[in-house]
Amino acid sequence: MTGPPHAVHLVPALAAWLDPVAALREMWALPFMVNAFRAGTLAAVLAGTAGWFMVARRQTFAGHTLSVVGFPGAAGAVLVGAPVWLGYLGATMLAALALGRTGGRRGEGDGALIGTVQAFALACGFWFVASYSGLLGGTTSLLFGSILGITSGQVTFLAVVTVAALAVLAASGRRLLFVTVDPAVAGARGVGVRRTDVAFLLLLAVAVAATVEVTGALLAFALLVLPAASAQRVTARPATALGLSVLMAATAVWAALTVAFYTPYPFGFWLTTLAFAGYLLAVALDRWHVLTRWRHAWRPSARWRHG
Amino acid sequence: MSRLATGGVRDASGDAGREASGDAGRDASGDAGREASGGADVAVRLEDVAVRVGGRQIWSGVSTTVHQGRFAAVLGPNGVGKSTLLKVILGVQPPAAGTVEVLGGPPGRARGAVGYLPQRRAFDPGLRIRGVDVVRLGLDGHRWGLPLPGRRSRAAAARVEEVVDLVGATAYARRPIGELSGGEQQRLLIAQALAPAPRLLLLDEPLDSLDLPHQSTVAALIARICREHRIAVVMVAHDVNPILSYLDEVIYLARGGAAWGSPREVITTGTLSRLYDTSVEVLRASDGRLVVVGQPEPPSVHGDRHDR
Repeated sequence: MTGPPHAVHLVPALAAWLDPVAALREMWALPFMVNAFRAGTLAAVLAGTAGWFMVARRQTFAGHTLSVVGFPGAAGAVLVGAPVWLGYLGATMLAALALGRTGGRRGEGDGALIGTVQAFALACGFWFVASYSGLLGGTTSLLFGSILGITSGQVTFLAVVTVAALAVLAASGRRLLFVTVDPAVAGARGVGVRRTDVAFLLLLAVAVAATVEVTGALLAFALLVLPAASAQRVTARPATALGLSVLMAATAVWAALTVAFYTPYPFGFWLTTLAFAGYLLAVALDRWHVLTRWRHAWRPSARWRHG
Repeated sequence: MSRLATGGVRDASGDAGREASGDAGRDASGDAGREASGGADVAVRLEDVAVRVGGRQIWSGVSTTVHQGRFAAVLGPNGVGKSTLLKVILGVQPPAAGTVEVLGGPPGRARGAVGYLPQRRAFDPGLRIRGVDVVRLGLDGHRWGLPLPGRRSRAAAARVEEVVDLVGATAYARRPIGELSGGEQQRLLIAQALAPAPRLLLLDEPLDSLDLPHQSTVAALIARICREHRIAVVMVAHDVNPILSYLDEVIYLARGGAAWGSPREVITTGTLSRLYDTSVEVLRASDGRLVVVGQPEPPSVHGDRHDR
């Protein structure tokens, strides 16, 4: 019964809410917080975009599988002395290729088989961590992330990955959407359906590996699916939804970092909680047709234009 | 596999007044009256085409010509390979034998000039993409790069509005496609196939998911597009009756062979009995509808009447 009760920590959090500029100045005076904001923003951009395609393609289970296999990959890399990012990237890319080969169009062919392999992958990760005596508390950081320990090198790695992934999506996003919505017609128009499917799984693997650096293996999935699913509820326009997904992911990351800084609870908890609150808000907006009503109120000519 | 009945009835000019004597059961090999290559207005020309899928020959000896502005139906029992015929014309399924010519070239070359409506289950109800976005994909979804705002993008949006209006889907084209009814989705998909201004339209059972009144309106819509825009239409149909009054040509596939010509020549007791090698009777109801009696249904391969 030592130390102040937890409610006391909420006071500085509320103060930060009332004066966000001062709060940002206070946080950004610390180099590790600057890196956290940079890495978090990059991960939000990457996860928001790749996540929207993942949700539209109904590949959330594949995305979850890729996140989970990141853990044994990273733990294995630590065990053999390889860089952690290489462990994440290697494991997710291998898993993406395996899913693309065996899992049918969505990489989810036999859900039970993939679930079994997922469970075994987690066990392997646990074993790797247990075998490595030098890594204290490593399991938590691999599973739930260590955003406050992000180095400048990791930020650079994230920036390179994000720019590369966005370039790939800019070049082929339209074809990817075509294959997603209408594979038979896309194939007839000369778009390689199979190739596009596998290419997207690989892109998703890269996005997961980069996001995992920030959020850990278990919560990467949250940043991929929650903002994208919320954006999808709010709008059915692909371009708007992509932008909104990124915006919601970035907002969740920034708010979570700020609240986590002023409270004793970890970043990952706040990130998922805030993103989930955003999802509930999106569902409410969609359920009660709030946006449609606003649009009708402002633009009567658009009465019959929904979405 | 012996070919029981194959027959080419219409000659290459496509002029109904100059049809060869209505003997639909004539053997294709003796059908030398056909011109070797069609004129400029030939959309599809098949010559003695056979198809194998997974080492199994599913049909053979099909020769026919579909001209611009003509409405042709591919008929036949379930699982006989009607959709495969469309895939051959698309260039997705290479023929095992014979020659295929589409819009004056090999199949698959003039992709932008061929509109395709695959046989379709409904869209996922959770798919949150607007109808107009799905139509737009038919116009430029195969392109690389971002659809940046500009003159090209405005022209594309105008074209989408035009085809959506043409199929009468303007009222619901901006709603998420997963929320629309089967008939509404089907109209938007026809708009999608029409978006790149094709000269040939390949439709795979477009009436299948519709109730009877919608079947006749969509059939009338397709016939109108075919006539007014001089687009050749090849349509796989399970039931000939909704489109019978619009049809110029029928390609009837059966296990043993194929027959083609005008509907009046092909859908007859004599031709179909020869095709099936069993006694089949074609009856005409008082309202003109045709009923085929005694048509043997082949055992369904996957228990799914929509395979192939």
